[in-house]
Amino acid sequence: MKRNWWKFAAAILLIYTVIGGFLFEAPRLNILNETIRALHFHVPMWFGMIILLTVSVVYSIKHLSSSNPKYDLIAVNFANVGMLLGVLGITTGMIWAQFTWGEWWSGDPKQNAAAIGLLIYAAYFVLRGSLEDTQQKARISAVYNIFAFAALIPLLFVLPRLTDSLHPGNGGNPGFNAYDLDSNLRLVFYPAVIGWTLMGVWITSLLIRISVITEKRNNY
Amino acid sequence: MKKILYCFFFFISLTASAQDKIPISDTDYNNNEVEMADTMRSEGKIYVVVAVVLIILLGLIGYTTHIDRKLSRLEKGEDN
Repeated sequence: MKRNWWKFAAAILLIYTVIGGFLFEAPRLNILNETIRALHFHVPMWFGMIILLTVSVVYSIKHLSSSNPKYDLIAVNFANVGMLLGVLGITTGMIWAQFTWGEWWSGDPKQNAAAIGLLIYAAYFVLRGSLEDTQQKARISAVYNIFAFAALIPLLFVLPRLTDSLHPGNGGNPGFNAYDLDSNLRLVFYPAVIGWTLMGVWITSLLIRISVITEKRNNY
Repeated sequence: MKKILYCFFFFISLTASAQDKIPISDTDYNNNEVEMADTMRSEGKIYVVVAVVLIILLGLIGYTTHIDRKLSRLEKGEDN
């Protein structure tokens, strides 16, 4: 039980996110209207993705320096769930975009960059699937994971900020720039980020345990 | 666990410092010209939405817990 406290934390934070996200007062802003509440669900997907992919790349580096096959299992499963959160982030973002920016896909720099980033990570799984030898698969995909992460960070955090983007905090987008300054929204948003991330970590931990069991089974 | 937390706070601080901000003021909260789901709220129907989403969330969390326990049993069985 004691070791599982963070799973309880994830559950409680997510329940709080749903209740607070729908019921707490939110600023009344033009165009956004009630959709501002999507902030507590769409944005944490990306925060969660970045955190999980960071953990993944750390374990890829650890695998390269130690050749421990367990680290490879951890890295691939974190990348897996990170991708899942990314896909959820991009689809929820498209729905939100349709009703506030007027188009499902408006070629917004951050939208495009996120799509490219996800494709780069998709290639990580294609690469893994195409290699037969387990050791070779682990090493080559660990190297690729580092490359993918190094491409993702500028794609999401640097390039969109250099041009005008519809996303808040990139270029000029008045009205919604301040969401993270607003204490009412922050009251739900930060717990939401922690809750969704912990949920992602929980699912990842289950996948890792499954991988460990199947690995053992394959070795005997 | 500690490492995950470190990464988390690192990225929180990244986004917090890199944005141009136009503050949201009290006038935004009281701006009744902007349409919100006020009818839904006054009729209490918003609670229906919250109840529906909560049930789905609880179901998913419950099922994840179930898988977690099942895995623990599997792991114990393998050690014997």
